[in-house]
Amino acid sequence: MSTRYDVVIVGGGGAGLRAAIAVAEARPDLSIAIISKVYPMRSHTVSAEGGAAAVIRPPDTLDDHAHDTISGGDWLCDQDAVEAFVAEAPGELLRLEHWGCPWSREPDGRIAVRPFGGMRRVRTWFAADKTGFHLLHTLFQTSLRYPSIVRYDEWFVTRLLVDDGRVWGVVAIEVMSGRIDAITAESVILCTGGCGRVYPFTTNANISTGDGLALAYRAGAPLEDMEFVQYHPTGLPFTGILISEAARAEGGWLVNRDGYRYLQDYNLGRPAPGPVLRSMELGPRDRLSQAFVKEVDRGRTTDTPWGPVVHLDLRHLGAEVIEARLPFVRELCRDYEHVDPVRELIPVRPVVHYMMGGVSTDLVGATALDGLYAAGETACVSINGANRLGSNSLPELLVFGARAGAAVAEAAGRHTGPAPAVAAQARDEEHRLESDLLHREGGRERLATIREELRETMEQGVGIYRSGDSTAKAADKLYELRERCRNAAVDDHSRVFNTELVAALELSFLLDVAESIVRCASLREESRGAHQRTDFPARDDERFLAHSQIRRTGDGASTVSYRPVTITRWPPAERVYGR
Amino acid sequence: MADTITLEVARYRPEQEDEPTTQCYEIPMRREWTVLDGLNHVKDRLDGTLSFRWSCRMGICGSCGMTIDGDPVLACETFLTDHHPGPVRVEPLRNFPVIRDLVVELTDFMAKLPHVMPWLVADEPPPDTEYLQKPAEVDEYQQYSMCINCMLCYAACPVYGLERDFLGPALIALAQRYNLDSRDHGDHDRLEILSAPEGIWDCTFVGECSRACPKGVDPAGAIQRYKLEAAKRTVRSLLLPRGRR
Amino acid sequence: MTGYTGLYQRLYRPRVPILWWVRRRSYLLFVLRELSSVFVAWSVVYTLLLVHAVTAGERSYRGFLAWSARPQVLAVNVVALLFVLFHAVTWFALASRAVVVRVRGRRVPGVWIVAANYALWAVASAIVAWVVLR
Repeated sequence: MSTRYDVVIVGGGGAGLRAAIAVAEARPDLSIAIISKVYPMRSHTVSAEGGAAAVIRPPDTLDDHAHDTISGGDWLCDQDAVEAFVAEAPGELLRLEHWGCPWSREPDGRIAVRPFGGMRRVRTWFAADKTGFHLLHTLFQTSLRYPSIVRYDEWFVTRLLVDDGRVWGVVAIEVMSGRIDAITAESVILCTGGCGRVYPFTTNANISTGDGLALAYRAGAPLEDMEFVQYHPTGLPFTGILISEAARAEGGWLVNRDGYRYLQDYNLGRPAPGPVLRSMELGPRDRLSQAFVKEVDRGRTTDTPWGPVVHLDLRHLGAEVIEARLPFVRELCRDYEHVDPVRELIPVRPVVHYMMGGVSTDLVGATALDGLYAAGETACVSINGANRLGSNSLPELLVFGARAGAAVAEAAGRHTGPAPAVAAQARDEEHRLESDLLHREGGRERLATIREELRETMEQGVGIYRSGDSTAKAADKLYELRERCRNAAVDDHSRVFNTELVAALELSFLLDVAESIVRCASLREESRGAHQRTDFPARDDERFLAHSQIRRTGDGASTVSYRPVTITRWPPAERVYGR
Repeated sequence: MADTITLEVARYRPEQEDEPTTQCYEIPMRREWTVLDGLNHVKDRLDGTLSFRWSCRMGICGSCGMTIDGDPVLACETFLTDHHPGPVRVEPLRNFPVIRDLVVELTDFMAKLPHVMPWLVADEPPPDTEYLQKPAEVDEYQQYSMCINCMLCYAACPVYGLERDFLGPALIALAQRYNLDSRDHGDHDRLEILSAPEGIWDCTFVGECSRACPKGVDPAGAIQRYKLEAAKRTVRSLLLPRGRR
Repeated sequence: MTGYTGLYQRLYRPRVPILWWVRRRSYLLFVLRELSSVFVAWSVVYTLLLVHAVTAGERSYRGFLAWSARPQVLAVNVVALLFVLFHAVTWFALASRAVVVRVRGRRVPGVWIVAANYALWAVASAIVAWVVLR
């Protein structure tokens, strides 16, 4: 069976909802389906805490925001994309305000802004420290106004339907019933978020398994800059729960086992009592996470059962500031770490947080495959380059979600279809799911064993620091895991809410994503932003001022090529912080 | 502290059985583990067929609502140590049809959601800048904007258990969230649905919804406030001439 | 097609047990509170009977007093008093949740509202006592 829409959006998080609203506003006559493996309000956008950056009032300028973003990204950002991004971010955040987002306010009623890492001006809009939560719920509730948006909640997309270099829709399985359907469309927008779950220790939710990345990769669209994985410097040990950068923006200090603000030893400026923009704790995330590893090497961290930690000190902020500006941080510390930041230090360590890379797109989200678009963390436009600045991801998903939606609405009606070959593909996929997974008998290994080994492999091979040696070992191990995955046990043969089937599909996606990360990391023989090679410690603009693009070829192998970075007004320079 | 603890988990496999059964799993007792960690241990190492929803594991996505030792709670916020020495009884949320194991069906809530118009209703086009809203005006509705749609309040509400048409605590609180927002002008539009029999008047103020809420939303308070408001409106419409209402 | 049929028939719909209200203390208190309305109504009826007896002359009033002194009636009234008190206390507890009062833009804390209710109650009782005992 198949159902046809004008637009199918995979993923109901911030980018997907924003794209859907953009289509519905531009062309109310188009039918739109949002297919999401969880109810939209469960999407990982909900976990974003600190805020959303956009120039709000003088003395801040669009050029300042652009330069912060580009230098933060170690000059790997496409500058035309960044210029479009900073120009449209304020309008998007304002639109959220008009839709009811409860932004925190100044006493006179204007939008309040807070400082953030790597930003030279105070420009981060926030809703206490639950910005993503409020943004997602505002978008979701607003999307309910548009009758042309149909939702497929708890449907899992297993493959893109491609014919003759064009995407025609998806095959998806309704988790509740096990029903498998082809859902065809003239355009498909991938908004499936990131892939943090390819690592063992991550802030990302269980659902962040890189589904859209793998779907696009398998369909032949190139992934870009996959070697750039962001480690956030402050995650809670054991759980990996994020302690927002807002904690440092409000004035929190990072201290080592001696109570010493160690960042001063890593070319990030001198300590001052209050927060100083682009300095110390408000440096960029890549540099802070790398400083942590150096502290471990110097033996100045504290050992815990979950590895070495440093501490985040908020005590000097006082209960009032913490309660008003960081209530969620306090709640998380109390619940999961049994410490109260008003009186105690918070143990933290770097944790995988964000994928700078993604499905390679142009400025309106179009990928190399006709009819396929991507937006949000799934996409690489690229505005984040080698390291994303905190509070740029929320405006990114709004700006490029809206752009993709508008582009799709604009392009609608040019194709009649789908091609007949698509129906055959849908039947093949149904057959694969039926015979390979639902009726797999007597597998040898548990899915979880393979998944855990995969994650450990990634941490060892392509962590904060990597080398030719470590990536080669990881590549070998991935090959082995891929073989073993084919024979892993799927004990659950039920059609009704079979979460083991979903986990098996997700694991195969994770393996593809892992392969692209390891391959690109092994080939980039330089250190830039979040990609630090111990065997090539310097940035090499001569060879690598370029985006890596990995593409799967017909036989299951992959090729990597390089696309030059678009430079408009800011020639590559040294990244300077703390001065 | 003992090395292990037992989870007594309600199972329901619709293709095999007509009603739920109980299955016991012995899991390691760890100080830092939540019930969700325990369930994941079961899923990953003991029994891959156990089904439950979860995602963020930090109490913000609202997926993992369950009945644990009789109380509606989020599994990711419920620590094994608080239920030591066990056994810990884990069941699906009450008052909902069960799809399978710990997974309940939420279509009723999702279908009712648009009825309370949970969006900003403006009576004129928005300004070029932001709407001004003082911190005190944000405080007016902020508490009611904290709902994560986890359904614990529905599971705690005996009225919803008996009366499926009841809008329920979270939806009325959500309507109040917009009604009390200084930018919104939709309170008149929401009056009809809220003051219908299935709206606020079905609530008999048991108050369990507010006790169950993991985010301090206080839906019971929202409903009582609205009852007072609706009553005032009725009196006003009876006493005042049409123009002054 | 796949074997997708009749899922809705297969949903397990738990029935609410008749004794659901003994499952939790709060549910039990709630049901008792609902029940208390009967005794509130009885108190109203009893007061009306009293007023009627007073207006109908001394003999009628004495008859009413004799009837009221019967053990059964006394027992009912003691129970009724307890329930009415229970009703009043829970009602006042509720008031702070339903009423939002602002003084100079600041929200008055709930405890104050509850306290004000009790104060009004005390004043009303004092007035009634003064009228009756004068």
